[in-house]
Parts: sequence; C-alpha cells; structure tokens
Amino acid sequence: MNRAGERLYNGLVKENPTFVLMLGMCPTLAVTTSAMNGLGMGLTTMVVLALSNLIISLLRNIIPNRVRIPAFIVIIASFVTAVQLLLEAYIPALNKSLGVYIPLIVVNCIILGRAESYAYSNPVIPSLFDGIGMGLGFTFALTCIGAVRELLGAGELFGFALLPDSFVPIRIFGQAPGAFFVLAALVALQNYIKNVRKKAGKPYEKIGSGCSEDCMNCSEKGCTRRFYGENGTQAESMEQGTAVKKAGPETKDSEREDR
Amino acid sequence: MSGLFKVSSNPHIRSRVATNGLMTAAVIALMPAAGFGIYNFGPRALAVMTVTIASTLLTEYFFGLYKKKLTITDMSAVVTGLLLALNLPVTIPLWMAALGGVFAILVVKMLFGGLGQNFMNPALAARCFLLISFPTAMTAFECDAYTGATPLAALKAGEAVNVLDMVMGRTAGTIGETSVIAILAGACILILLGVIDLRIPGSYIVTFVLFAGIFGGHGFHPAYLAAQLSGGGLMLGAFFMATDYVTRPITIKGQYVYGILLGLLTGIFRIFGPGAEGVSYAIILGNLLVPLIEKYTKPTAFGYERGGKRREK
Repeated sequence: MNRAGERLYNGLVKENPTFVLMLGMCPTLAVTTSAMNGLGMGLTTMVVLALSNLIISLLRNIIPNRVRIPAFIVIIASFVTAVQLLLEAYIPALNKSLGVYIPLIVVNCIILGRAESYAYSNPVIPSLFDGIGMGLGFTFALTCIGAVRELLGAGELFGFALLPDSFVPIRIFGQAPGAFFVLAALVALQNYIKNVRKKAGKPYEKIGSGCSEDCMNCSEKGCTRRFYGENGTQAESMEQGTAVKKAGPETKDSEREDR
Repeated sequence: MSGLFKVSSNPHIRSRVATNGLMTAAVIALMPAAGFGIYNFGPRALAVMTVTIASTLLTEYFFGLYKKKLTITDMSAVVTGLLLALNLPVTIPLWMAALGGVFAILVVKMLFGGLGQNFMNPALAARCFLLISFPTAMTAFECDAYTGATPLAALKAGEAVNVLDMVMGRTAGTIGETSVIAILAGACILILLGVIDLRIPGSYIVTFVLFAGIFGGHGFHPAYLAAQLSGGGLMLGAFFMATDYVTRPITIKGQYVYGILLGLLTGIFRIFGPGAEGVSYAIILGNLLVPLIEKYTKPTAFGYERGGKRREK
C-alpha cells in the first residue's frame, strides 16, 4: 500500500504530467478557459487514465509486444467512448463546453505514455494508483491554469464574480496566447519552489520507475526495465553507459519476446 | 605590433558605435513624431509617453537588480517605451499603458535573454497584447481634438478622406502615427546618421503600394494609394519598427525578402482582413520568420561553393 501512496505523490508532485513532464499540452492549452472546464477535463482524463492503466496492467502478459500500441489505443478508446456517453447523459453542459476535446482524450499522450512506461510493466494495484496520481496531477494543473485564466480574463472564479466591477478583464487570458503565458508562469513558479527546496536540502528525489531511464543511479528494486545489461549489471563507466544505453530498447524488446 | 599577433576569437573588426549611441539616435529621430503627437492630441499624450517610458525603465531596472546585471544604460528601454506610446491611442487608461510597458520589457525582452535575444519587437508585441486584451480601449480613437473613425477605417468603409490632412497628421489615430511629415523627418535623421538604410522600408512600401494597387479595388488611383500610404502605422512601422536591429534579418538579401514579406502581409491584412489596419501584426509575424529567412539567404563564404560545400581543387 506504501507503493500506492508513492505513486499518488509521484503523479501529483514529482512527475506532474503538465508541470514537469509537459505532456498533454493540447487539452491543457485549449480547454482551460475557466477553472470549471479545467476541473472537468482533468477528472474525465483521470477516470480514463486510471481505468486504462488498470486494464492494461491486467492484460500486460497477454498483449503481444509487437501490437501493444494498437491494443492500448483500443482499450483507451473504449473507455473514452464510455465516459463521453456518460457525460452526455448526466452532465451535458460540461460535455458541450469541452466539445471535441473529449474524444481527443484517446490520443492524449499522458494516457498512452503511462500505459507504455508504467502499466505495461508493473503490477495492477500500483498501475491503478499511478493512473489516479497522474490524473490528479493533471486535474490539479488544469484547474490552476483555468483558475488564473478565468480570474484575469473574466474576473470570475468557478463562475462567481470575484473581483470588483472596476476590474477590466484582460481578454488575452481567455484566449490561446494567455494559456501559454499562464502555463509558462506556473511552470516557472514550481521550478522556483523546487530550487528553493533543493537549496534548503529537501529535494524531491527521483523515482526510478517513472522512469528517468537513469538506471545507474536508480534505487528501485525489482524494476523490470533495465535499460542496459542483461541481468541488470551496471555499466562501469559513463562512456560505456551511454553506448549500451543506445542499444537499450532492443535488449528490452528481446527480453519481452523471450517471456 | 603586438596587437597584430593577438590571438582572439572573432569578430576581429569592431565598430566604435555602441548600443546606447544607436538608441539615443533612435530617440532623437522619434522626437518629431512625439512632438507632433503632443501638439496634436494635447498634454495627455505626454502623460502616456511618460508612463510607458517609466514603466519600461523600471521593469528593466528591477529585472537587472534581480539578475545582478544592470542593462538600463543602453537606452533600449527608452526607445521601447517611446515607440509603445506612439502606438497607443491618446485616450488609453494610464494603467494599461504601464501594463504594456511591463509586458514589453519583462515578457518579450528580458525573459528571452535581454536585448539582442528578443525574437519580436517588444513595443509592437506589447501593442498587440493590449489590442487583444482591451479591444475597446485600444481602438477608441475619439478624443477632444477629433471625433470619428481613423482615416483608414473611413477609407475601408468607402468614405472620402482628406489626403492632405493625413500627410500633415491632422487626423485621429495613435499618438505617433498620424503625421507622415514628422515621421519622415525622423527617418531622414536616422538615414543620414547611417543607423538605418532604405532596404527594408523601401521594399516594404513599394510592395505594399503594388499590392494595394492591384487588389485594392481602386487601381493605381493616386489619391487612394496616397491615403493607404499615409494612413495608419505604415510609415512609423516601416521606418522605425521593421528596421529594428534585433528583429530584422542580418543578410542583405534577407532584408529585401523581409521587406517584401511585410508589404504583402500588410496588404493582405488591410485589404482582405476584417480590420482596417494590419501593420503591427504584419511586422511581428515577419519577425517570427526572420530566422527562416536568414537560413535561406546566408551568403556563401569565401572558398565555398553555393550551398556551403568546400570547393574542390
């Protein structure tokens, strides 16, 4: 259960998909015109992400390595369709305001990325929590961006007028360029906080199976994704390390086929 | 003697002209336009200029304090602030003008690495930022001196305009763009000092005239073309903003390409676009294409064949 908690923390803070991994930029920039839209998009994605991680992890020993991407897409698309039908039935307003971006969750690279890099090679429970953690991180980021943009661009927050009438809305924050400004500012802010923590001697540690692909300095036990060396033997020098690392993915594939 | 044998990295030939000299020349050259703006629109124009220059200078100063590298003495912030003010309507609320100054220096210039690294003209980017953010305040050209639309809007609506007034500058518009005479006087100062040359403004204006003549719907009617030329920000943009050292191509061929591109874009925006004006968008769009233009117009180095291959013996 400790591992589940670690996955949640990883998704929310250490490898936040928006602020750290910079994945899923299309919905991040397009739908965050208001805090409510951001929250809705984030939660929808989280449901799809958690469920697809769960199913892919369950099927990880059955899906042939060579057709894994199409298999992932089929699983993800099924969940997206289901979620969209549910939204249409129960929250039509949200469905209308998110529009085409709900079907586009199928090609959201966070979902495919987590399936490929985590769920496909990890047990079921951690994969589920990885999905929930990443989804929460995405939701948190989208809600933050949406809140700032709604506040500056319309003077409201979650639809309630917050600023006095004398405030003139800065329209650009309601449009695409504003999304870039707010995203950049928030990324800079969280990097600043991380740097301050680092200086204070409390850095966020890297977690190996994220995966940083830095197996040499990785302390993760039982990781199946050694990037170099047949039995997880570590390269002795940096030069060797990079040389073997380039050949890494092939080694991994052949391992998979043996299995 | 010893200087000849000094081993150093290029550039080996350095000009004595420094940044603050060029920038001071630009400020002096902008004085006629600024002065006419104050004469034309009254003391509030001076207030707008003061606010934008103060906000650009303060932003540059505080960012310099934070980075521990003060660049405020190179005068570029003054030029940016003044150009921004000349691009604003006189009725704009002062806090918006200040916000524009902060945006120009902080977001467009400093965050990308300071003067020389900005990929876009800071003053124009700030104008576009304000134009998108506050469309009503930025297009309110009615003030005490003038009522009614800008001459370009009237022209677009098919109304008659007084070309002589447009050349003199007795029309509505932003603070610095109205008087062609004042702008040309400033441009002459820059050209005589050797700060700018006619490559970019010339190819820009000629292309625009040709485009307006062919697609404008009035043929090459002199009054129509003169009105298009002297209306809006075309003159100010062509001489003072398209020629910005940082955001124009450095290759000579590239400068012609850039000028022609700006002329085409301005023509398309003005004639086929929904608005009457398009100079600022044309120039910042052109700024974005500068790296591409430079890539394809890079001159062949001595000893190399066309395409950069070393010549075989």
